[in-house]
Amino acid sequence: MAKIELRNISKKFKDDTVIPNLNLTIKDGSFTVLVGPSGCGKSTTLRMVAGLEQQSDGDIWIDDKCVNDTPPGLRDVAMVFQNYALYPTMTVRGNIEFGLKNRGVAKTDRNTLVTDISEIVGLAPYLDKKPQQLSGGQRQRVALARAMVKQPKVFILDEPLSNLDAKLRGQMRTELIQLHKRLGTTFVYVTHDQVEAMSMGDQIVVMNKGVIQQADSPMKLYHDPENLFTAEFIGTPAMNTMSMKDVRGLDVQANGYIASLGFRPEQALLNAGPEVRGHVIEGEIVTRESLGAEQIYQIRTGGGVFFVKTFLAPLATADRVKVTIPYEHLYYFGPGGERLRAGIEAGAKQLVQAGGI
Amino acid sequence: MTLWAKLRPYGMVAPAILVFSLFFIYPIFYMIYLSMFDWNFVSPTKAFVGLQNFQDLLSEEDFRKVLTNTSIYTILTVTLTTGLALLLALWLNKRNIFHGFVQGAIFSPHIISLVSISLLWSWLMDPEYGLLNWVIGLVGFGKLQWLSHPSTALVSLVMVAVWKGVGYNALVFIAGLQSIPADIYEAASLDRSKPWTTFTKLILPMLSPTIFFLVIINMIGSFQVFETIAIMTQGGPINSTNTLVYYIYENGFRFFKIGYASAAGVILLIIVGILTIVYFKLLSNRVHYR
Repeated sequence: MAKIELRNISKKFKDDTVIPNLNLTIKDGSFTVLVGPSGCGKSTTLRMVAGLEQQSDGDIWIDDKCVNDTPPGLRDVAMVFQNYALYPTMTVRGNIEFGLKNRGVAKTDRNTLVTDISEIVGLAPYLDKKPQQLSGGQRQRVALARAMVKQPKVFILDEPLSNLDAKLRGQMRTELIQLHKRLGTTFVYVTHDQVEAMSMGDQIVVMNKGVIQQADSPMKLYHDPENLFTAEFIGTPAMNTMSMKDVRGLDVQANGYIASLGFRPEQALLNAGPEVRGHVIEGEIVTRESLGAEQIYQIRTGGGVFFVKTFLAPLATADRVKVTIPYEHLYYFGPGGERLRAGIEAGAKQLVQAGGI
Repeated sequence: MTLWAKLRPYGMVAPAILVFSLFFIYPIFYMIYLSMFDWNFVSPTKAFVGLQNFQDLLSEEDFRKVLTNTSIYTILTVTLTTGLALLLALWLNKRNIFHGFVQGAIFSPHIISLVSISLLWSWLMDPEYGLLNWVIGLVGFGKLQWLSHPSTALVSLVMVAVWKGVGYNALVFIAGLQSIPADIYEAASLDRSKPWTTFTKLILPMLSPTIFFLVIINMIGSFQVFETIAIMTQGGPINSTNTLVYYIYENGFRFFKIGYASAAGVILLIIVGILTIVYFKLLSNRVHYR
């Protein structure tokens, strides 16, 4: 078990700065997920922790040891690669025990460890097969077993589920969560899929262009995004945002300058009664996606195209609808994308009588 | 299905089949047929002698020397070419201008005709005026006889063959090395694998199809060595570089013992055939294909 600290880490590839200055603490025993669009530096960060990539500047600490100059094999880190990186010429057993052999573990101990691990991941019948005779899910398990058998302080997983089909991915996701519970080891997991991040992580680090946007628990990220990027990245469908210029009929009192407004598709109400106090937008339904328990509508309004999600409600058939977003569910962002929280008061614009005596 | 649609595939392969039959299948059978006759190429009659040619060949001292020479030449050429090429490939398996240049330089002998190479090396290996003796003279060694002495002639020919073949072999090895994904090396480094372990336990097994291919190609090529011998040594001195194909050529086209040469050709065919089969049976189980 180990705590990982990244202090003032930067990474340059030739003249290209991928990560300008990154500070991050990964708590001991946590399941931390690095998530972001491709090219955001999440995999590079992970590879620097594993020692497969050398940082251009800064320090990496695992527990109380600075590992800047420690080779990957001595960092007590195990990694699961996206393409599994199994040794194709070795059997499943050979793959699992290769790391143990290199550490000089005695044969009898190796056999016990391999048997135990293969029971846990359900590989016992396949120990003498070669990786290419296995299915994608089984290869994934071999990769996991190979990492687990070394009993590392830190587990590093680089998009391990992205080569699996949807059903298997869901299954492996729960298995990984259970595995983390059972082992209690620090997991660092990289994915570009925010659903995966939300469902697995207890700490999620949202990254964009080499900069950490927010590091928080899943619920905090969802309910309380710190900036426009996180707000738009987390959630399916993404948060609806519109420029403040396009907003009609909303009166906002704020300390700062509000550049844009956002709301979650699932917090908007379709054709709500007048008792709901909220911002009302009228629009036309462009598409309806009915997924059974939930429906997703794409609605075109004067301020752009939005998504609205409803649960266990009958499918709206009308073409024109009224969308109400309760005031407390509106999010405000400043010109730099930063979230504005304090001192905002919203209400419907009062029609001012013009002229008259 | 129309008649044309049925015939079309046969029509498509017919030219290849025709050429193959005419220049490969027919000569093989004709050679086997000729090996049982005594014939001098010009006389209108061929005398049937049964297996007498084979009996004579196998009891002849010269022929046994020829077989030994060919085996030594093949074993040395194949191991040295493949081994050196692998070392070179491991060194060149990086992308920069210098490595690109070296790669091009060692590959260039492959595209030069063997006649030019043979002449070039004959000069280089000249005992009196050759560059090689001059260079080893500078280092302080005495002159070597190279092609002119029975003890060094065969090894000198091996040197030429290795020089010609190593670039091509290295290129094939580099292609093989580059097909190994980078994350295998990374996984190995996380598994605390030492460089030597990574090489012997991971890289070599993953290269086994490449090694297999090159050894087969080199072996068949070495067994049929002819041009360098014809130009550089004519089998001499004292038969020390006489190999199977050169022996066949001499008997057939200089002494006009066509039946005798054909019998030697049949033996070459059998040897190469057996080697290939044994090699495939024995090693294909140990070769890893993806």
